Amino acid sequence: MYSHYSRKITNFLMFSLTGICAVAAVSVLFFILGYLVYYGGRSLSWSFLTKLPTPVGETGGGMANAIVGSAELLGLAAVIGIPIGFIGGIYLAEFGGRTFPFVVRYTADLLNGVPSIVMGIFAYTVVVLPLHHFSALAGGLALGVMLIPIVLRTTEEFLRAVPDSLREGALALGASKWKAVATIVIPAGFRGIATGMMLSLARVAGETAPLIFTSFGNRFWSHGLNEPTASLPVMIYTYAISAYDDWHRQAWAAGLVLLALVLIANVGAKLVLSRGPSPAR
Amino acid sequence: MNTSVQPALGRPAREANGVEVGKTPKAASMSKIEVSSLNFYYGAKQALYAISLKIPEKKVTALIGPSGCGKSTFLRTLNRMQETVRRTRVEGEVLLDGQDIFSLDVTAVRRRVGMVFQKSNPFPKTIFENVAYGARVNGLAGRGRAGIREVVEKSLRRAALWDEVKDALHKSAYALSGGQQQRLCIARALTVDPEVLLLDEPCSALDPIATSKIEELLFDLKEVCTIIIVTHNMQQAARVADNTGFFLLGKLIEFDETRVIFRKPAKKETEDYITGRFG
Repeated sequence: MYSHYSRKITNFLMFSLTGICAVAAVSVLFFILGYLVYYGGRSLSWSFLTKLPTPVGETGGGMANAIVGSAELLGLAAVIGIPIGFIGGIYLAEFGGRTFPFVVRYTADLLNGVPSIVMGIFAYTVVVLPLHHFSALAGGLALGVMLIPIVLRTTEEFLRAVPDSLREGALALGASKWKAVATIVIPAGFRGIATGMMLSLARVAGETAPLIFTSFGNRFWSHGLNEPTASLPVMIYTYAISAYDDWHRQAWAAGLVLLALVLIANVGAKLVLSRGPSPAR
Repeated sequence: MNTSVQPALGRPAREANGVEVGKTPKAASMSKIEVSSLNFYYGAKQALYAISLKIPEKKVTALIGPSGCGKSTFLRTLNRMQETVRRTRVEGEVLLDGQDIFSLDVTAVRRRVGMVFQKSNPFPKTIFENVAYGARVNGLAGRGRAGIREVVEKSLRRAALWDEVKDALHKSAYALSGGQQQRLCIARALTVDPEVLLLDEPCSALDPIATSKIEELLFDLKEVCTIIIVTHNMQQAARVADNTGFFLLGKLIEFDETRVIFRKPAKKETEDYITGRFG
């Protein structure tokens, strides 16, 4: 028996279940945000953003070096990872044959699945060991290698999403393949690609494991990319597992700063990129 | 000027495919494009069988036939757009002013033989930039901003779109209606002064008013270029075309003056199609 009544009940139950799960997913995010703002906000101050860490026992001080250090590491990662991923993605979407792109795509997906700590070991082996010291370069390399597969695949996906009719339109006007790709296809997919790049940077901005034994950490300003460099995630890690209440509070504040920077970068990029005609058809 | 066009003389390949040629040519015509024994394959599947015909200069030639008969495929070989599809193969000869297009540089062929697609495909740019693109790609950027503007205006006028968009040149092309977008695509194709303009069912998504605007446009355009139009709409072919070719199952069944095709077709298949017995 499957009455009209029981159908209605099933419908209502399933509808409620999906709604509850959706609310649960969102509330976790808001819970984390609220917690960070509550605990981090209290320790956040101007000097936290502008001063160096103080020695243990002395209160006050900040994480200016870690904020700058994180920016440096992300910059290096972007310089290493984005060009390779972007240009490789163009090849996969526009110029590849069959076998080679398949191999590259598969390898990229594997690379994407490699645990971040393994990337750290890799950078440790190829940069830290030969040079005999930790450095921002090693950390940037570890993060940059993590970026490559993400940027590669997002570039490919968004270029593939550009309708073939646009490619044909350009080719039919006598444009060469490269000209059509460079002047029509890439601009049409650029908004998605750039958003993907921002998201991938945001993702690696919070990575801790690859940095612990590459850029290591620094209580002071680092003088160049060849020195151990402080970063927000490693600072959070170090401070959170310490025995001092003051450091715990600062770890919360650092978490808040990291999240705020990622959010600002994301929202900012979306705003800038939302101008101009959309290629979505 | 000669108005009549006849199919090229039969070749062994055609006869082998069971397609005979109608009448003998009345006279040598001024042909812009001469196709002989064109075979086309998608992988192992043959889509066109020994197509031979002569397209007269500065006339409108319509290609009709049921879906999947190869008329669009044929059109796309004329500017080598079929090369963008993988695993395709062409045999035979296509002469543009006596030169084999397969031995010319592909971008040069496409500059001389422009194309307008079934679904209008404006670029995600402004109206101005859409039209200017054709000029820029073909190295007219050297004329400077004023030169580009001149080309854009001239092309939009020729596409009968200028009066409608002259105050909105810097708006997105997507803000235009379907018919306007299609005329924008025609304007874009005209920036390079193509000698031949291929239109692949340009009105299939348009309402009757937009359609009649495009048809009127074709009358003006044939003063300056040779036009080949693929259409599903037989009334359209009858209205706009000087000559009409009927395709069926990858073969060119009949090619003649439009009034002959529609009034006294030589082939039974043509008559059946025209009178609506199939297709």
